[in-house]
Amino acid sequence: MIDSELRDLYQELILDHGKHPRNHHPLKNANATADGNNPLCGDRCTVYANLHGGTIADISFEGKGCAISQASASLMTEAVKGKTTFQARHLSDLLIKMVKGQPVAGDMDELGKLVALDGVKEFPMRVKCATLPWHTLLAALDGQSDANDNNREVESI
Amino acid sequence: MSSTLFREQKRAFCAEEVRADFPILDTCVRQNKPLVYLDNAATTQKPTAVIEAIDDYYRRNNANIHRAVHHLSERATIAYDAAREKVRGFLGARSATEIIFTRGTTESINLVASSYGGSTLKPGDTILVSFLEHHSNIVPWQLIAQRTGASLQVIPMDNRGVLDMEAARQQLASGTVKILAITHVSNALGTVNPVSDLIKLAHQHGAVVLVDGAQAVQHFPVDVSELDADFYAFSGHKIYGPTGIGVLYGKEKLLESMPPYQGGGDMISSVTFEKSTWNELPSKFEAGTPDIAGAIGLGAALDYLTAFDLQEIAAHELDILQYCIDRLSELPAVQLIGNAPARAGAVSFVVDGVHPHDIGTFLDRDGVAIRTGHHCAQPIMDFFQIAATARASFALYNSRSDVDALCESLKRTITLFS
Repeated sequence: MIDSELRDLYQELILDHGKHPRNHHPLKNANATADGNNPLCGDRCTVYANLHGGTIADISFEGKGCAISQASASLMTEAVKGKTTFQARHLSDLLIKMVKGQPVAGDMDELGKLVALDGVKEFPMRVKCATLPWHTLLAALDGQSDANDNNREVESI
Repeated sequence: MSSTLFREQKRAFCAEEVRADFPILDTCVRQNKPLVYLDNAATTQKPTAVIEAIDDYYRRNNANIHRAVHHLSERATIAYDAAREKVRGFLGARSATEIIFTRGTTESINLVASSYGGSTLKPGDTILVSFLEHHSNIVPWQLIAQRTGASLQVIPMDNRGVLDMEAARQQLASGTVKILAITHVSNALGTVNPVSDLIKLAHQHGAVVLVDGAQAVQHFPVDVSELDADFYAFSGHKIYGPTGIGVLYGKEKLLESMPPYQGGGDMISSVTFEKSTWNELPSKFEAGTPDIAGAIGLGAALDYLTAFDLQEIAAHELDILQYCIDRLSELPAVQLIGNAPARAGAVSFVVDGVHPHDIGTFLDRDGVAIRTGHHCAQPIMDFFQIAATARASFALYNSRSDVDALCESLKRTITLFS
């Protein structure tokens, strides 16, 4: 009934993490935090990290979104916890390339469970859902509080 | 003279028949699924008459307007001016000089905010908008408020998505409101606002009113003179015309009093390095070469639409809207957002346990095109404490079977996620 591309996108692991996201809470001892926002759909995401000596000692996220963005954020927290910030940046780069359908030749193994997000590349309109938490993570690692700080805001009502 | 004697013969409206006027509706999408297009509030599809008018313009009549004396320029100018006259007739404006062509509703609103607002607003003045506005009827006013020192106030709404008229009355009675900018129909919820009452109230208290008609004119007849609107804006592409063309209606005395919005060719009377003087209306507000093909396409769209009795179309669309509300209400996981008694064109909903984006992707695989997201109306989303909704929106070529396709696909999606 549902086609193979759709099944690849919404595979069990994605649905599971989408419904029951891991590390979905604020982090009390966070020392690097950033907010991400997808202005196209209004989804928001906050990433909290506790960085210790160049390592992501702990990480969590908050925010609501579609199954893809929640699963991507949830899998991200599992994948980068305990990694060095260098490794996390490398993983972000690979993940973003993969979901955009750009070549990640030979490195797919490094992505581990994250390959579950490979199906996103067939859905160009959904790429931003998958990349939002990763861009937010990169902003947090860069010491920026806002993953979209290039946006000029006018006074809100 | 009896007006019935001269009443035009209208084309009988039949939804199944008019589908054949829109070639794209025969398209199959994704894996050979017939297209079920329910994203009409974002943009409508175009009838053959519009596509051919644009094609014919570029093949046979293309030249710049109001400039040269040659044959093609004359034909292009006549066609462009005829399109303006069609818009005048469609909106019930007194004079074609009150019709300004813009790029769309957004530019129309920015024009009024910048030119009228920029030249009249002072610190202490208030711009009143409603909770139901699209971002394009909020942000231009925020920008001009910042520039002039005026402040922005918002007419509140209740949880049906209906404006609080008592609050509006009090806000207008304060005497500081100089501009009321109000949407005729909410793009996110489909609420039809009582703009006629609001205009009367605003005028009693000395405020000028801009009506955002982007989601109204394609659904029911609008007469700006009867409404007594000071400004009325709409977009061509949401009323079966091309993208890139829109309309600003403005009362002549207001447009006369306003400074130009943009400078350039066609909008001047004379230019020296010391001083320039402005052309007459409407040219004063149409700097540069306009979207000639777009205007002609819009004219063709209005011809197409007004060949029907607009009341018949309104009744047909209301029937589909009500049918959609009834069918969605049968699904326990679905929660409708907004429940205004007066509605047109759109229904918004959320589904327990399935994010609108995921709904959108699943429906799309069944060929059903809907909009998911915040609909450029984030204050409404914040009010209902949601990030996004799924929205089905209707046009004259939709039928109950489109709603059936939506509901069947939605049911399958809900089952897969439960």
